[in-house]
Amino acid sequence: MTRPVIYWRIVSFVVAAAFVGLWQLIANLKLVSPVFLPGPDRAWASLVRGFTAGDLASKLLGTLEHMVYGWFLASVAGIALGALIGSSRTARSYVAPSLEFLRPLPVSAIIPVAIAMFGLTQTMALFVISFGAIWPMLLATIHGFAAVEPRLYEVARSLQMSRLAVIFKIALPSAAPDILAGMRLSLTVALILSVVCEILAGLDGLGHSVLLSARAFRSADLFAGVILLGVIGYLTSLMMSFAEARLLGYRRGVL
Amino acid sequence: MADRGKALALPVTLLLVFEIWARSAHLHSDSLAPPSAVLAALWSAFADGAILTATRDTLMSAFAGLFLGGSIGLALGILLGLLQPVDRLMEVTIEAIRPIPSIALLPIALIALGFGYRMEIAIVSFACIWPVLILARAAVREIEPRLMEVARALKLSPADRVRKIVIPAALPRIFVAFRLAAGIALIVAVTVEIAINPIGLGAAIMAAQQGLQADLMLAYLIWIGLIGFGLNAGLNLMQGRLFGRAALVRDRT
Repeated sequence: MTRPVIYWRIVSFVVAAAFVGLWQLIANLKLVSPVFLPGPDRAWASLVRGFTAGDLASKLLGTLEHMVYGWFLASVAGIALGALIGSSRTARSYVAPSLEFLRPLPVSAIIPVAIAMFGLTQTMALFVISFGAIWPMLLATIHGFAAVEPRLYEVARSLQMSRLAVIFKIALPSAAPDILAGMRLSLTVALILSVVCEILAGLDGLGHSVLLSARAFRSADLFAGVILLGVIGYLTSLMMSFAEARLLGYRRGVL
Repeated sequence: MADRGKALALPVTLLLVFEIWARSAHLHSDSLAPPSAVLAALWSAFADGAILTATRDTLMSAFAGLFLGGSIGLALGILLGLLQPVDRLMEVTIEAIRPIPSIALLPIALIALGFGYRMEIAIVSFACIWPVLILARAAVREIEPRLMEVARALKLSPADRVRKIVIPAALPRIFVAFRLAAGIALIVAVTVEIAINPIGLGAAIMAAQQGLQADLMLAYLIWIGLIGFGLNAGLNLMQGRLFGRAALVRDRT
C-alpha cells in the first residue's frame, strides 16, 4: 500500500468510529428508547459476557456448522452436476432451460416443502441450505463449461484425452473464475438460509438466539447477535476474496 | 422450435411420470401431490381470491422496499461516485454494515415495528440499498469524462449536473441495478413472510404446509416461482426495449 492509501484508510476508520460515537450519543441521550436501541457499550458488554459466561460461542458454532455443511454439500453437488450437464452439449440443451426457469425462484419458498418432508430437523436445514446455495455454483459451472475456448477442446481431441481428463485439465480450470464467484454468492445465501431455518425450526444457532432475545426485549443481546452475524458475513466474504486471489492469481500473469 | 421442444421435454416428462406414479400408487402424502391436484388447488385458490390478496401483499411490500432502499442506494451511490474523497471516508463504515445479512435484522425490525408491512418493508429496503449503491457508484464513476467537462464548462449547478448529465448518462446501468434489486426484494419479502411475518405469499405457503395441504402448498410454490420468473423476464424485456445494448455493458456484476 502506498502511504496516501494508508492515510485514507485510517481516516476512514476514524469516520466509522465517529458513527459508533454518534450511536453511543443517541443511546445515552435516550433519543430512541433503550428497549429498541442499546448503546454500543451495552452491546459490546453483552458480546463479551456471552462469550465468557454465556453460550454465545456454541450458538456461533451452531450457525457456522449449518452454513458450512450446507454450503460444502452444495459446492460438491453443484460442481459435479454442473460438470455432468455442462460437458455434454445434448444434456445442456435439455436441462439448462429448466434450470434457468427455476433460478429466479425465491429459494426460501422451498422451506415449507422441506418441513413437510423432513419435519423441523437438522436434515431439513441441511436440505434447504444446500438447495438454496447450489444454484449459483451449478449455473456458473454449466456456463463456464459452455464458454470454454473451443480450440482447447480441439487440442484435447487431438491429444486423445479422456472425458475425465478434459473435465479436470481443461474445463474446470477454465470455468474456475465463474465457479468461485458462484461460491462466494452461495456463502451469503447459505448464511441467510441458516438464520431462517434456525428461526423456524428452533435449531441451536444465532438465528434462534437473536429471535429469543427479541421476544424477551433483551436488546443488548439482540444487537450482539446481529453484530456477530455481520462479522460472519464479513469474514467469510474476506476468505473467499483471499481464496480467489490465491487460486486465480496465475491468470493475472496470463491476461 | 426444436430448442423449445428440448427445453420442454424434461419438465413435461417429469410431470407426466410423477402424475402416473402418484395415481397408480394412490399417493397420500403431506409433502407431495400429483400435478393435476396441484393445478386444481391453484385454480381454487384463484377462485376464492386468497392467492390474489397474498400476491398483492407480497408485491406491495417488495416494491415499497425496493423503492425506498433503491432511492437511498441511488442517492448514496451518485454521491460517492461523484465525490471520491467522501467515498474513501465512508469505505470502512459501508464495508462494516453491508455484510450484515438482511434477515438478521428481522428481530430488530420485529421489536421496533411489530408484525406487518412496515417491518417487512424496512428489511427489504436494507437489502436493496447495497446492490443499487454499488452499481450506481460504479456507473457514475465510469461516465465519459468529457461529459463532466462539458458540465463544468457550462457551469451547471450540482443539482443540474446530476439531473442533466449524471443520471441520463448512467441510466442504463442504474436500471440494471434496480432490476437486480427487484429480484432481491422479492426473495427477501417472501423469506421474511416465511420466517415470521403473517402476511403475503410466504405466510400463505406456510399455512398450507401447517394445514397438511400438500397440493395447496405446491400450488403456492409454483405460483411464487412464476412470479419470480415473470418479474425477471419482464424486467429483462423492459431493459432490452429501453436501452438495447447500452445496458448489456458489464451486466455481469
